[in-house]
Amino acid sequence: MDDSLKSLGDHVAASLPGAVISQTFAHDELTLLLDPARLVETVTFLRDDPACLFLCLIDITAVDYPGREKRFEVVTHLLSPKYIRRIRIKVLTDERTPVASLVDVYPAANWFERETYDLFGVYFSGHPDLRRIMTDYGFDGHPLRKDFPMTGYVEVRYDDEQKRVIYEPVKLNQAYRSFDFLSPWEGSDYVLPGDEKAGAKTP
Amino acid sequence: MSDTVEVPQARNFSINFGPQHPAAHGVLRLVLELDGEIVERVDPHIGLLHRGTEKLMEARTYLQNVPYFDRLDYCAPMNQEHAFCLAIEKMLKVEVPRRGQLIRVMFCEIGRILSHLLNVTTQALDVGALTPPLWGFEEREKLMVFYERASGARLHANYFRPGGVHLDLPVRLIEDIGAWCDPFLVVLDDLHNLFIENRIFKQRNVDIGVVSLEDCWRWGFSGPVLRASGAEWDLRRAEPYECYEEMEFDIPVGKHGDSYERQVVRMEEMRQSTAIIKQCVEKLLGPGGQGPVSSQQGKIVPPHRAEMKRSMEALIHHFKLFTEGFKIPAGEVYASVEAPKGEFGVYLVADGTDKPYRCKIRAPGFAHLAAMDFLCRKSMLADVSAILGSIDIVFGEVDR
Repeated sequence: MDDSLKSLGDHVAASLPGAVISQTFAHDELTLLLDPARLVETVTFLRDDPACLFLCLIDITAVDYPGREKRFEVVTHLLSPKYIRRIRIKVLTDERTPVASLVDVYPAANWFERETYDLFGVYFSGHPDLRRIMTDYGFDGHPLRKDFPMTGYVEVRYDDEQKRVIYEPVKLNQAYRSFDFLSPWEGSDYVLPGDEKAGAKTP
Repeated sequence: MSDTVEVPQARNFSINFGPQHPAAHGVLRLVLELDGEIVERVDPHIGLLHRGTEKLMEARTYLQNVPYFDRLDYCAPMNQEHAFCLAIEKMLKVEVPRRGQLIRVMFCEIGRILSHLLNVTTQALDVGALTPPLWGFEEREKLMVFYERASGARLHANYFRPGGVHLDLPVRLIEDIGAWCDPFLVVLDDLHNLFIENRIFKQRNVDIGVVSLEDCWRWGFSGPVLRASGAEWDLRRAEPYECYEEMEFDIPVGKHGDSYERQVVRMEEMRQSTAIIKQCVEKLLGPGGQGPVSSQQGKIVPPHRAEMKRSMEALIHHFKLFTEGFKIPAGEVYASVEAPKGEFGVYLVADGTDKPYRCKIRAPGFAHLAAMDFLCRKSMLADVSAILGSIDIVFGEVDR
């Protein structure tokens, strides 16, 4: 299992020189970081090459790392039913640079890319119908970004006077308390929330 | 005045199917463009049940996240918990003891029957048969009582935990599950006679929504929909997890990939699941199936109550696990199970803390519903509900 996946990574890198930026192997899973410009070409190769035959697109999603220059990792999972293997491919992008759409390679990519666009704000070039899918009609923002608050910005309620559902800014009687559970008593090297004054007294 | 009669321009007709249509299986809004009674275009609007599960999970510890999985595909709650637990176990390299594995497999198969019973019978309802759901729900009720006796909840079980299952099963419960199996096979035969061979059911389903195997792969189909098109693909066989390797069961495979065969495949899968449950019961009652139900690693699995009263270490572990939770070293993993509806996967990205950095839930229903336009084009309006029923959509998992 391990060796066949490793040799698969080498096979892809050798067949398409320059397309694979790096390959990592962890938890019995192979991850290829691809050059975004050659994404479609590489995925088509993975689908059609007789040694790969990744016929099935399992999933497309993104992971947000706001600290990075290219903050989004667009992650695609493929499955090869013939060889019973999986592969994960990644490309990096930011809020503005679109990623090439895989709709022409796998029609299943359509909704997965719409979802990624909706929840992260990643653009896909060549997508036929890049509309929002999960969020409300007229929703503003991309909820799965790390800088989007978990409570959101608007809430809805039925207004009895206007006889319709209205949108209002979120009003919380108690703010969501995010406890820092990461072992404060093992000698934390940071100031605990709410404990700022106590730290100032000690010299 | 000219004597030519002005013929009104025929135009396509758009209708809204749902979100409150009983055959929409939840909160699906389908915008259908019709030419007469022929469907020209389907635009499913989903997201009406979007609860932001993936966002919420990023703010909670791993253990607090397990119950969210019950709320995805609420027809088979424990199967989704299973995928999440497998992902965590894969990252932490935890072994589940054999008894824990057997219990998991048994409840996964119970979940499969729960889901298939609901789907097969309500699809029959969609095409006009009222009785099958009433018969099927009687059996579902019994299965939910088994859920309740194991976990305390009929639906949102929160029973599978990283490292095993929450509590051991009483012997009586295992015996009762074993005693349920054979009568259930009779009920399945009754259901089969009631509507699978029924003329109207066949007229409504045979040659409706046909998908070729090639298209199935291209559209990311999995589970019974894929198998009905002829692929002998089942993750329980292809990538065996837990103790599925030692279970004896067949994978029913269809030929035409139409709506009817999907239901026939599901009916046969229920028989196979019952066979697996029987094997599990036998093994759980036998000498080989005794032992702990969850991993003995105190850093992941909380200690027993009685142990906490005596052991200081157990008390500390308990406290730490339920305040801080366990941490997972940075990395990423994809784990999938053969859920009743297809491949249910969890892509987990950990950053070394006690909360997931990102958890993507890959729901089989999402891929199936995405192909709705492809499946329904040029079919009749009445077939839309038959096709929709046959691809087994549950909005908990599609919208997440």
